[in-house]
Amino acid sequence: MSIDKDTAARVAKLARIRVEEDALPDLANEFNNILTFIEQLSEVDVDGVEPMTSVTPMALPRRADVVTEGGDAGPVLSNAPDAREGFFAVPKVVE
Amino acid sequence: MTDLNKLTLAEARDQLRAKEFTSVELTQACLDAVEASSALNAFVHNTPEIAIAQAEAADARLASGDAPAMCGLPLGIKDLFCTKGVPSQAASRILQGFLPEYESTVTQNLFDAGAVMLGKLNMDEFAMGSSNETSVYGNAVNPWRRGNDDTPLTPGGSSGGSASAVAADLCLAATGTDTGGSIRQPAAFTGITGIKPTYGRCSRWGVVAFASSLDQAGPMTKSVRDSAIMLETMCGHDPKDSTSANLPVPNFEAMLTGDIRGKVIGIPKEYRLDGMPEEIGALWDDGIAMLKAAGAEIREISLPHTKYALPTYYVIAPAEASSNLARYDGVRYGHRATLAQGDGITEMYEKTRAEGFGHEVQRRVMVGTYVLSAGFYDAYYNRARKVRTLIKQDFEAVFEAGVDAILTPATPSAAFGLGEMSEADPIQMYLNDVFTVTVNLAGLPGISVPAGQNKQGLPLGLQLIGRPWEEGDLLNTAYALEQAAGFDAKPGKWW
Repeated sequence: MSIDKDTAARVAKLARIRVEEDALPDLANEFNNILTFIEQLSEVDVDGVEPMTSVTPMALPRRADVVTEGGDAGPVLSNAPDAREGFFAVPKVVE
Repeated sequence: MTDLNKLTLAEARDQLRAKEFTSVELTQACLDAVEASSALNAFVHNTPEIAIAQAEAADARLASGDAPAMCGLPLGIKDLFCTKGVPSQAASRILQGFLPEYESTVTQNLFDAGAVMLGKLNMDEFAMGSSNETSVYGNAVNPWRRGNDDTPLTPGGSSGGSASAVAADLCLAATGTDTGGSIRQPAAFTGITGIKPTYGRCSRWGVVAFASSLDQAGPMTKSVRDSAIMLETMCGHDPKDSTSANLPVPNFEAMLTGDIRGKVIGIPKEYRLDGMPEEIGALWDDGIAMLKAAGAEIREISLPHTKYALPTYYVIAPAEASSNLARYDGVRYGHRATLAQGDGITEMYEKTRAEGFGHEVQRRVMVGTYVLSAGFYDAYYNRARKVRTLIKQDFEAVFEAGVDAILTPATPSAAFGLGEMSEADPIQMYLNDVFTVTVNLAGLPGISVPAGQNKQGLPLGLQLIGRPWEEGDLLNTAYALEQAAGFDAKPGKWW
C-alpha cells in the first residue's frame, strides 16, 4: 500500500490539520515509511483470534442515570478562547 | 542542614518524623536546587508558593502526630497531570494558558497523603516521544554525561523532565506516565527506578489522554523502596475512571523482604536482539547471575510474538491518540488560531491544530486517522488488536507455566545525545521502546532498576515484568536485584 500526495491531503483533511501543499510529498513519504513498518503485521496468523477490547478482563461498571455534577458553567467556560453570555463562541457555522 | 534534597523518600519520611528537620526546610532545599537547575530544563512551571504552603500544613500534621504516608515529601509532577489552577499543558502549544479547574485523581491522592508539589515537569508533547525533544518547552537534559565529554544527552522520554529532576536531586521523587515505556526508558537513562503498574491500578482521571488503553501513571524514584511507598499512595479505585480496578491496594513497602528464593525468573529468548550492543547483553547476563545468586530459578522462556509488538503499538497508540486529541479544537480550552476574513469553523479547526500541535503529534494523529479510516480499519486497526491478544496470550502462557517475573534489558542502549536521532527515521526512535512496549500492550506491571554503567559511565537499567496485580511481588524481586546490583553512582554536578 503506497500513499500518494492526494491520500496524504485527504488524511490531513480528515484529521482537521492544515498541511500546506508543498509539505504533502514529505508527509506522504513519512506515512509510507510507517506503514511499511506496520505491514509486518500481515505475516501473523490471526484466524480465530478475538480483537482485544479490554486488556484487563472486567465488566464496565454502571451507575444510576442521575445528574451527579452540574450547574458549573463558570468553571467550564473559564478556559475557553472565546466565551460569551454563558456559551462557547465559534465562527459562524450556519449561513 | 545541607543537601536535604538528596534524601530518598524513605529517609526523609523517617527523619521528618524524628523531627530532625521540618518539611519547610526540606522543601526549601529542593526549591533552591530547582532554582539552580535551569540548564537541565526539567522543571517548566515552578510552584514555590504552593510548595511552601503545603510544607507548612505538613509540618502542622507532623507536629500533631497525624502524619499520612507521604507527609511533607516534595515531589515534581509531570506536566501531563492536571493540577488545579496550575498550568498543565502536556508540553504542547495547544494547551498554552490552560489552567485546570480540577485536580487529577493521582495528584489528589498524593496531596491527601501530605505530599508537596514543587512544580510541573518537562516531557515530550502529549507523551509522544522517547527523548523529550518534542516538547514545546524545549529539550530536558540528562544530568549524566559521557565521562568528560560535555555533549548534552537526552534523559529519555516521554517522562524526561521527571527523570532528569529525580536523578539531579531537584526533588525526592516525581510522577511519570507510561504508554509504551515512558517511565521505564527515562528511568534507565538516568539511573533511577520507575514502575508502571498493572493497567487499571492508577486512575487516569485528570491525566491528559494519549492512548487510553495503554496509559498508566507511576512513580519515578531514587530507590525501589521509594517506588513502593509512592505507588501505594498513587493507586486506588476511582469511580471517575471506568477502567480503574476495584481491588484492594496492598502495603507494597511491607512486601520488600529481599527474599526471592525459589522464585522463577523467565528470560525471553526473543529479547536477545541482533545487533544489540554488547554492554546491554553483558548487563542482562549480570542481572541473571545476580537473581540466580539470590536463590531464584532461571528459566529460558519464549514470547513468540515479541517482534510484532512495536508495529502493533504503532497502530493502536496513534489510533487512540487521533480519537483522544480530537478534543483540541480551539473551542473549549487552549490555543485558537487567529482567523482570516471569511474563515469558517473548519478553517478554525485546521489552523488551530496545525499551529497548536508539533510535528510528531501531527504525524501520529494523521497515522491514527488513516488506520481508522473506511477501508483500512480491518486491515490495520482490527488486525493490530488481534495481534495484541496474541501478545498478551504469550505472557499468560509463561505465567501459567509458573514464571513469577521476567527479566529483560530496559533499553537497547544508554542515553544518546540530544539531536543525534533528529536525522533518523522516526522508526529508529520508536525502537527505544522495543523492550518496554510489550508490557503496555499486555497491561502488565513493569519496573526499571538501575543495574550498572557502560564504559562511558552512563547508567543502564534492567526491566522486570510481573504478573497482573502483583506489583508487591514484582517490587520485592526488584528490591533483591537492587541490593545485588548495588548501583549508587550519581551524576557529577555541572549544571
